[in-house]
Amino acid sequence: MVFRGERMTTLLEMRGISKVFPGVRALDNVNLTVEAGEIHAICGENGAGKSTLMKVLSGVYPHGSYEGEIVYDGATLACRNIRDSEEKGIIIIHQELALVPLLSIAENLFLGNEIAKGGVINWPEAYQKTEALLKKVGLSEPPATKVEKLGVGKQQLIEIAKALAKDVRLLILDEPTAALQENDSQKLLDLMLELQNQGVTQIIISHKLNEISRVADRITIIRDGGTVSTLKASEISEERIIRDMVGRDMAHRYPERVPKIGEVLLEVRDWNVWHPEQKQRQMIKGAAFNVRRGEIVGIAGLMGAGRTELAMSIFGHSYGRDVSGSVTIGGKPADTSTVARAIDAGLAYVTEDRKSLGLILEEPIVRNITLANLFGVSKNGVLNHHREQKVAEDYRRALAIRTPSVFQKAVNLSGGNQQKVVLSKWLFADPQVLILDEPTRGIDVGAKFEIYGIMNDLAAQGRGVVMISSEMPELLGMCDRIYVMNEGRIVGELSKAEASQEKIMALILKGSEVKVEQGMVA
Amino acid sequence: MTAETSGTPAVGGKSLGAHIGGHLRENGMLMALVAIVAFFTVVVRVADNVDFLSAQNITNLFLQNSYVIIMALGMLLVIVAGHIDLSVGSVVGLTGSIAAVLTVKLGWPALAVVPTVLLTGLLFGAAQGYWVAFWRVPSFIVTLSGMLVFRGLTRWILNGQNIGPFPKSFQSLSTGFIPDAFGINQPNITAIVLVALSAALMVWLGWRARARGAEFGIVQEPLGVFWARSLIISAAVIFVGYKLASFRGLPNVLIILAVLTSVFVFFTENMTPGRRIYALGGNEKAAKLSGIKTNWLVFFTFCNMGVLAALAGMIVAARLNSATPGAGTGFELDVIAAVFIGGASMSGGVGKILGAVVGALILGVMNNGMSIMGIGIDYQQVIKGLVLLLAVIFDVYNKSR
Repeated sequence: MVFRGERMTTLLEMRGISKVFPGVRALDNVNLTVEAGEIHAICGENGAGKSTLMKVLSGVYPHGSYEGEIVYDGATLACRNIRDSEEKGIIIIHQELALVPLLSIAENLFLGNEIAKGGVINWPEAYQKTEALLKKVGLSEPPATKVEKLGVGKQQLIEIAKALAKDVRLLILDEPTAALQENDSQKLLDLMLELQNQGVTQIIISHKLNEISRVADRITIIRDGGTVSTLKASEISEERIIRDMVGRDMAHRYPERVPKIGEVLLEVRDWNVWHPEQKQRQMIKGAAFNVRRGEIVGIAGLMGAGRTELAMSIFGHSYGRDVSGSVTIGGKPADTSTVARAIDAGLAYVTEDRKSLGLILEEPIVRNITLANLFGVSKNGVLNHHREQKVAEDYRRALAIRTPSVFQKAVNLSGGNQQKVVLSKWLFADPQVLILDEPTRGIDVGAKFEIYGIMNDLAAQGRGVVMISSEMPELLGMCDRIYVMNEGRIVGELSKAEASQEKIMALILKGSEVKVEQGMVA
Repeated sequence: MTAETSGTPAVGGKSLGAHIGGHLRENGMLMALVAIVAFFTVVVRVADNVDFLSAQNITNLFLQNSYVIIMALGMLLVIVAGHIDLSVGSVVGLTGSIAAVLTVKLGWPALAVVPTVLLTGLLFGAAQGYWVAFWRVPSFIVTLSGMLVFRGLTRWILNGQNIGPFPKSFQSLSTGFIPDAFGINQPNITAIVLVALSAALMVWLGWRARARGAEFGIVQEPLGVFWARSLIISAAVIFVGYKLASFRGLPNVLIILAVLTSVFVFFTENMTPGRRIYALGGNEKAAKLSGIKTNWLVFFTFCNMGVLAALAGMIVAARLNSATPGAGTGFELDVIAAVFIGGASMSGGVGKILGAVVGALILGVMNNGMSIMGIGIDYQQVIKGLVLLLAVIFDVYNKSR
């Protein structure tokens, strides 16, 4: 990156941007300057206004619906819609990928931008160009491959190839690695640096500080709709970023806790689950684990290791077929064969996919919170609306759900607040053992800290907490014990004292090579 | 400003204007109904010198539209659950013909026929709901085939002919009136008392909900709004009641309608299974993972629809005083239209019972008004189609704002 010092022309300058929604000032005099050829990171808590700012830039909110001025490439930018901004080479890749799964890579790459004459598509040329573009992003799949056949990591790369097909000059990536595996993330970051060498200016929105410090040249931190600071990446520490983001010092990323661990609460033995469609495929193989009272137990593993499948199959056989094995809760055999029975037995499962599995998005917060325990707010099947509202208000206060009212629809909340609503729902069901599947995925540092605090409170109340996570530092920081899963087996168990990222990785790798017997203790 | 939005909200501090604004949208269709009634009242008076709000016409309105309203109650649940039932028109025909065979051919008394036919309606609903709920066959297809099968069975049972007439006892299901217990009859004192009591009951229930809300520390709508709304609704109810009393009294059908509507409002808004149907329509997977037996609820909505369609089938047969092979043809479209005009969402999870009732009344008033004005059936259909489109556009527009 020799050229960095040479040409420091400003590609984009957003001056004094303010955007007001009814009742909310989402952006308040935000300034952002992006130099040509740099990778510029934008950090901020959920709801800080990052996405709104990018929507202003890309024309989702048309010129005139916001205050302030955008200068792009030396001229005032006044986009009426996304098409306008795309014509200028500003392309945004959203967190939720916008690919059509049943269409081929080539069809997706040129969707809306087809290589055609008079409406007739020139397929040979499209395929040729597709191959060239795929090569640029480091893929070698045939252009006719259907997108649904690709993993999330590769789909993300396809999105970037799609941007390249449109002659991108300013590429905006909104949390590009949120759903990616470690190695896929690394590939993506490498590609970003590669594109930078080719002169593509990039803006990355991310919560992952280690990634930011790897690729970004400068970082702009946004808090409560305003710019807090813009800093050179080489000059600042993670602590500084976190402090600017949340507006307070965070000496510890994980709240303090003195574990008080009691007797075994949940015991799962010889758990076997087969794939719901592919009958020969065993997804969980003889898994066994336990959770004690007051304990936070982690389950580590790569994506596809079977962690979610294990949790969901235990929770009401919600995943898979021919589920077998035994579950004991509090020393008594528990029937968890339907979700209702699992809840009655004292289990709760907070899904990793809160939007499609956790929330009724179009319903208000209050109805989401009481959904799993309507008995708690009704008598003989008749609901007590006032009690219900009271319950919701209590959880809003206790978990600090940021919303003007509990009658707000869940869809209008930020990720962290949505997660708190899902948590409230399960807390209200009063479980003995709470299984949390990626509880902090896609939520910001401040909300993460709050959710860790809630988990600690639950453990302190003598409940058992199971935490499934792909972020190893989080597991190491929070858990008293960590099970490691690989290919449907539990391949190891580590106490807090002996656990480390290296040991977890070693267990995963060893597990896939020699197929260690389940239940072994490291 | 930004700090405020994340802090404690001003739930109670809503201004009067904001409150009315928020509920105007919610009650948009009710206002549309009022506007349509006002429109016809004026136009019919000026053009044809007919009193649109005459006792007789109001009575007719309820008699003519009762079956749509009754089925709209069930259809709302089906649609909220994320499904559709295209078979209800055919079920109307089939259950009507079964009732005719039992009554006219076999000579069963009405008291035995009514429960038997309701039960067969339940079976027809269950037969379809079973495939939808437990086999996950799309409801559009299951009920489309039901529509054909039940219509065919109707023709087979009736052998292509009408069966009738019905005895008086069965006819009273549709054309009967509540007799005046006070023996005065002009006006019908029983009707006036019943209507006044129900108006008072509505106000009292509203008042009690307010009081209990206050007990839980929940701030309610402004007192003025509460009384203004109560006054308007009570006045409208009492006006209709008085008009009916001065004609022939309360039609039996109206009593059935009022009771059923109340039951379904209570079911959807105050009971756990009702709440769960909304949850399952909003996000079936999330509902399932919250311990809700989604397939049984779907099954229930179809069974319920079958029973209501059977009731409608008997009312239609009683009104026509014979079972005909074509009875109920196209009813499903009126019913579905009524539910969507009333604000339900095609994708499930959204819709209210009272909305569906208002939707059915809008269609009914328009039918009635346009017929009085002598507008041909051709134009009537065009206008009704456009009203459906307009109502849904109104909803979509509101949501996108």
